[in-house]
Amino acid sequence: MAATPHKVDRRRFLTDSARMAAGCAVAGGLLAYVTRDAKALPDQALRPPGALSEDAFLAACIRCGLCVRDCPYDTLVLADLGQNGPATGTPYFTARDIPCEMCDDIPCVAACPTGALDKGLTDIEDARMGTAVLVDQENCLNFLGLRCDVCYRVCPMIDEAIRLEMRHNERSGHHAIFAPTVRADACTGCGICEKKCVLPEAAIKVLPTRLARGAPAEHYRKGWEEKDARGAPVVEGIIDLPDRLPGPGTDNLAAPGGFLPETGGAFQPTFKLPEGAGQ
Amino acid sequence: MSTQGKVHLPTGQEALATKGWFGAHKYLVLRRVSQAFFLLLFLAGPWFGIWWVKGTLAGSMTFDFLPLNDPMILGQMMVAGHWPESTALIGGLIVLVAYALIGGRVYCSWVCPINPVTDAAHWLHDRLGLQKGWQPKRATRYWLLGTVFLVSALTGTIAWEVVNPVTIVHRGLVFGMGWVWGMVVAIFLFDLIVARRGWCGHVCPVGAFYSLVGTKSLLRVSALRRDACDDCMDCYAVCPENQVISPALKGKGDSTPLILSSDCTNCGRCIDVCSVDVFAFTHRFDTHIDVPPYAVATDAPAKQNAA
Repeated sequence: MAATPHKVDRRRFLTDSARMAAGCAVAGGLLAYVTRDAKALPDQALRPPGALSEDAFLAACIRCGLCVRDCPYDTLVLADLGQNGPATGTPYFTARDIPCEMCDDIPCVAACPTGALDKGLTDIEDARMGTAVLVDQENCLNFLGLRCDVCYRVCPMIDEAIRLEMRHNERSGHHAIFAPTVRADACTGCGICEKKCVLPEAAIKVLPTRLARGAPAEHYRKGWEEKDARGAPVVEGIIDLPDRLPGPGTDNLAAPGGFLPETGGAFQPTFKLPEGAGQ
Repeated sequence: MSTQGKVHLPTGQEALATKGWFGAHKYLVLRRVSQAFFLLLFLAGPWFGIWWVKGTLAGSMTFDFLPLNDPMILGQMMVAGHWPESTALIGGLIVLVAYALIGGRVYCSWVCPINPVTDAAHWLHDRLGLQKGWQPKRATRYWLLGTVFLVSALTGTIAWEVVNPVTIVHRGLVFGMGWVWGMVVAIFLFDLIVARRGWCGHVCPVGAFYSLVGTKSLLRVSALRRDACDDCMDCYAVCPENQVISPALKGKGDSTPLILSSDCTNCGRCIDVCSVDVFAFTHRFDTHIDVPPYAVATDAPAKQNAA
């Protein structure tokens, strides 16, 4: 008699447990799906200074909002619920709305209790919230030949993160173009350039660095940098092969360099093989 | 002990008759005051510019000095692979110790902003005389708690915070977000139509976590005058976790009168609703049982019928 209820109890225990486990597998799968979805940070949403990489950030941010409270410029906001926003409740800012003013004491980082905003960031100029990119050269006033210069002048890292590079204005033929040029190494991604761009839609935008930048190929060596650093050719005694210059005869290895104008059109090789070098 | 053949009034009416309105609603009122107080502490900053408390229930800073952090969120953070800085660790430890002493689920019934929502749903559920609906086992929440930690570990995120109605509603109120009301309505409808006492009583893993925290808590409700019980069943009707009552109330002889189940939220409704004052708050080492005649003069009915 004692065996029967025992057996039933065990069966019941096992079915209940299996049911629970299956239910939790379904619920857990849904939850995992939603958390994966939450990892997709929209391109216009920038994290506060010192934020860990997005993956690490979502493991560390408790969405308490203390960084938002201590931001003196109301730059930071917490994400509301929604499909395409940043993970719900996490802090972000939109440069075109209110950019980061790059406070020296970085109060948002100081307020973070968990380290989702890294306390290792002590100099705001080391912040990397994103990277500014001049996305629209066709509408940028400077590229049209005007001297707007606003993004350059408002940049907190003027002449480091944004420089004006002078070049010839091909359109007018006798003017210059002062092209605002971002040096990504120095750009903090504060977004002030995007905010201040005078166009109805900013021609310069701060993008997540993963979108803004390529990556150098590991195997590619910049010979000219190595040569400058060494102060001498990288390889001694290398044969300097002729440069192919414009003009007739440049492909003629018997007369490399072609005809020199100062010789009145007479044939003069512009290049001679070094003594002793050769086959 | 029971009152054979006695016809009892509807739930709460007898307490109302013997103790008056406030006597029969004392802890309910205190609880609502407490819930409003904690919410207002957080709202005083954004609403009135009084920044005593900054942040949300997930993490806060009081008087720029006292950090408080939700230990369940920190737990998920750790399994997700991030070790919190000392501020959060200290804040989490303070909360952990406090609830370990006063009862983990005191958070549920005295602080959590979802509690008034599910209480309201239960009130309406009662008034409409609806069916219980889906009643998953009480243990569901512990399974879900385990699942939440597992998903946190596997995805490397604080998984429950993506959907947690407690912090989403609280954050929504404190930071003024529109979607929060959708969450409130969803929980209300779930408890009203899908599952009676469903969210707080069966599903919520936050409650499960705090329940575990308070397993050995000091503050307990005791059925110390259980000999006076007249079996009106009002305490079972009002208790959000009424499986916790019987071991204490129906225990025989020297068995402990303390409600020791960590599911008990220390809400005190059983104390309010009992017309013969069977229950009282006490500590977990106070196992004494009051036997009649009581020192205090009560005209509790039915005592004499026991013999």
